[in-house]
Amino acid sequence: MKKLLNTLFVTTPDTYLSLDGENIVIRREENILGRYPLHNLEAVCTFGYAGVSPALMGSCAERSIGLTFMTRNGRFLARVTGESRGNVVLRKEQYRISDAERRSALVARNFILGKIYNAKWILERATRDYALRLDIPRIKKVSAALSESMNLVHSVEDLDILRGVEGSAAVQYNSVFDDLILQQKEDFFFHGRNKRPPLDNVNALLSFAYTLLSNDVRSALESVGLDAYVGFLHRDRPGRASLALDMMEELRGVYADRFVLSLINKKLINSKGFYRKENGAVIMDDDTRKQVIKGWQERKQEKIIHPYLNEKISWGLVPYSQALLLARYIRGDLDEYPPFLWK
Amino acid sequence: MPDYNEDDYLLLSGIQHFNFCRRQWALIHVEQQWEENVRTLEGTYVHRIADQPLLREKRGNKLIVRALPVHSGTLGITGICDVVEFVRDPAGIPLSGEEGLYFPYPVEYKRGKPKKNDSDRSQLIAQLMCLEEMLACDLSLGYLYYNETKHRVEVPVTLSDREQVKAVLQEMHHYFTKKHTPKAKAGPHCQSCSLHNVCLPEMLKKRSVASYIESRLSE
Ligand code: SF4
Repeated sequence: MKKLLNTLFVTTPDTYLSLDGENIVIRREENILGRYPLHNLEAVCTFGYAGVSPALMGSCAERSIGLTFMTRNGRFLARVTGESRGNVVLRKEQYRISDAERRSALVARNFILGKIYNAKWILERATRDYALRLDIPRIKKVSAALSESMNLVHSVEDLDILRGVEGSAAVQYNSVFDDLILQQKEDFFFHGRNKRPPLDNVNALLSFAYTLLSNDVRSALESVGLDAYVGFLHRDRPGRASLALDMMEELRGVYADRFVLSLINKKLINSKGFYRKENGAVIMDDDTRKQVIKGWQERKQEKIIHPYLNEKISWGLVPYSQALLLARYIRGDLDEYPPFLWK
Repeated sequence: MPDYNEDDYLLLSGIQHFNFCRRQWALIHVEQQWEENVRTLEGTYVHRIADQPLLREKRGNKLIVRALPVHSGTLGITGICDVVEFVRDPAGIPLSGEEGLYFPYPVEYKRGKPKKNDSDRSQLIAQLMCLEEMLACDLSLGYLYYNETKHRVEVPVTLSDREQVKAVLQEMHHYFTKKHTPKAKAGPHCQSCSLHNVCLPEMLKKRSVASYIESRLSE
């Protein structure tokens, strides 16, 4: 498998990034805050309107180093990409599948299958690891319901039915998500998902983790030559990275949700790092955001065995390996798209 | 046979990929998926050449030209010869801007040492055929220079060599027109393949995805 290189996150506002030989130099006013060799980097991600020199943009584009601009709160703004890979053959086939509802459904159902499977095993693992803390029968009931949804999804060939099953599985999973929060319960609770804006600490964390994940997934799809904006489950909508959203279905729970839970349960963050705005929106302070990014980076280095490839890879390469497998399926090397089925 | 359209020319350097593994060639030249190291390498190579005007070096009765762009319409290929040596020869051909008559000999540089199989030869033969077509002459000889042994090997080119190269190129054009990537035939050569991560040859030896899913669901 490919090597996981570092992602450079620039969270200090009002910085300027420029190229000096083979290095990125980060400056704030007259001071140099850091200098990093480009050859170690896979992506650069800036928060809060950092300026970047055209020379550095060019260098990143040439080396396929993802360069992404986010707002301070992690809303995606823009990405710099170079000349796109000449992979029109692959992309045209992707478009053909996307245009055909039934063919789309056959791919989409495996994304959803992955999502529900992973949700089930998140719960099963929790019942095993925290048998004395959890209301086991309650969780087992949800797990059983998820199994049923899975069996349904397995044979669905219609996108609307698929969305229906997916929706009810999500309701089931969300109904016990709060049970998985085992520490700092007064400050961190989950009563349902809200995102525009997030109205509690857990939703703020989830939103931020999803942003980090979507950035990784988008880069992975682009690096294997797929068009992140043309999806199968999520239909075309201008400006929406539909394929990235599709692929996130199977990774959200196992990658981002579990990450957020571990931040809370291991007390790596606390409620002091969150503040509420007048409109009820909950925002993280800079230190907390840094803490989250640090944890994310560490998580990416952890190793797992890829369930289909049966190869030891780091978590950070999971989006890439799934993108690669999707590309191979589209090119006709595989009989189906193999979702990431974690246990 | 009609000449190929210029837009459909294949890269001469692809012959060596094709001989190494057809799938590798298709991944690079049809799908344009290649690993960063290969891409950067080729990139700097091309730049180095582009940055150099055609350097002509005269040595006795030899005229040495580096990085000479060549092509052939009948074969449908284009590429660059590392070195072409033009040797003064009364039986040769005139060159524009030079006095006297010359015979060209392509010299292809290889990093390693001579190999048992003749995988290095095809590329040289294709270059020779390009030169014949561009200079309207008949050639019969080229050289392979091996960096590791610092030794040059004379390569006589026979009719059957040419037929073989033609056949290989026809096959390449066929895949290219169909935009077809052959399935992986995994073997020991995969160990040294720079596209291993993109190709995932083990993948095809694996059970089907359908059975992977079945077995996970029944756990
Ligand atoms: S990994 Fe093996 S099968 Fe795949 S392209 Fe390389 S040499 Fe060919």
